[in-house]
Amino acid sequence: MRVTLWGTRGSLPSAGPETLRYGGNTSCVEVRGEDGTLLVLDAGTGIRRLGATVGEIPAVDVLLTHLHMDHLQGLGFFAPLYRPKVQVHIWGPPSTTMDLQARLVRYLSPPLFPVRLRELPCDLVLLDVPLGRFTIGALEVAAALVSHPGPTVGYRISDGRVAMAYLPDHEPALGARHFPEEPKWTSGYDLAAGVDLLIHDVQYADAEYPQYVGWGHSAIGHALAFAALAGARRLMTFHHNPTHSDDDLDRLIETARRGEPPFELIPGREGMTIAL
Amino acid sequence: MQKPIELILMRQLASYLAMPILIADREGNLLYYNQPAEAILGRRFAETGEMRSEEWVQTLPLYEEDGSPIPPERRPLLVALRERRVVHRRVRIQGLDGRSRRIESTVLPLDGQGGRSLGGAIIFWELDPS
Ligand SMILES: [Zn+2]
Ligand SMILES: [Zn+2]
Repeated sequence: MRVTLWGTRGSLPSAGPETLRYGGNTSCVEVRGEDGTLLVLDAGTGIRRLGATVGEIPAVDVLLTHLHMDHLQGLGFFAPLYRPKVQVHIWGPPSTTMDLQARLVRYLSPPLFPVRLRELPCDLVLLDVPLGRFTIGALEVAAALVSHPGPTVGYRISDGRVAMAYLPDHEPALGARHFPEEPKWTSGYDLAAGVDLLIHDVQYADAEYPQYVGWGHSAIGHALAFAALAGARRLMTFHHNPTHSDDDLDRLIETARRGEPPFELIPGREGMTIAL
Repeated sequence: MQKPIELILMRQLASYLAMPILIADREGNLLYYNQPAEAILGRRFAETGEMRSEEWVQTLPLYEEDGSPIPPERRPLLVALRERRVVHRRVRIQGLDGRSRRIESTVLPLDGQGGRSLGGAIIFWELDPS
């Protein structure tokens, strides 16, 4: 399995000289199975550059964690949507009252976007993501609702040999008296248990978090504790705060490394690929 | 096995509220009760822990206000889970400290999206606090 980060920023695209190394595009991750199966995790602004590299493909599956704008903003700029004969499957969580199609149309229609879903030339299928396990090509996917405002899922993807988990927007510490608590009372635990790679929300420095309790994100200390609880082999930091510069992010990682976490800590930078 | 996020958030909320709350899964197994509930149930949750449905139906028996026993299938929680509706009623409960208390209770079935039944939350309070 090969994992490439096309967008690592949270909340808002943040282009500028101070974000060159970690990147300014919002959430988008490419996962390639050994057999070439292509999964795209979230459709933040990073998806545009990914779309330009995929070439002739018969099918692609886009898995949305939720419909916050930073995870959706690039969707209309994903080249395969404009190619007839390409099968594009978009998976995402329904709400309690609306299916994915009804929810997506709110963004992909005028006045927010000039093109309507039904006008797209590709063979488009919208799917309410099942809460549980399903298979896409050679990859097994598991989805579960996690702690974040509005219906939001995290994903676990496995090829039978290695597994990765993707929890870009996740506040498992919300309301916990002493985080982390037992695994059974920890949001996201089953998705992340024992994975080879955990891509996780690190929106805040620990000192920043108290001002943002309930906003749906983690401080780096929460991500470290969660990864340790889950027994992940690698933690990749993700969903960087738009106000955090490259130097700020370097310092966060440096401080975290001094605590000698029981796993490899990888700063999530746009453009990087990791082979599992 | 991790609990569904809806139950995790319910437990976290309950741990902050000053009203007695008990949380059960969809089979009626007791998962958690908060500190205010400990005063009515007669024992700290840390000492009882999770309990299977059959077990806590025995250890925390319910009675009508006139003292006649309420059979398991008519307990408010099990009615709420079976019929997937809110149940509100007055009962007597015998706590783990052996004391009988008159309580009023509301059971909320916790139904998640996609028609998933997740369990129930019982909010209850003592009618004649001493
Ligand atoms: Zn986000
Ligand atoms: Zn979000």
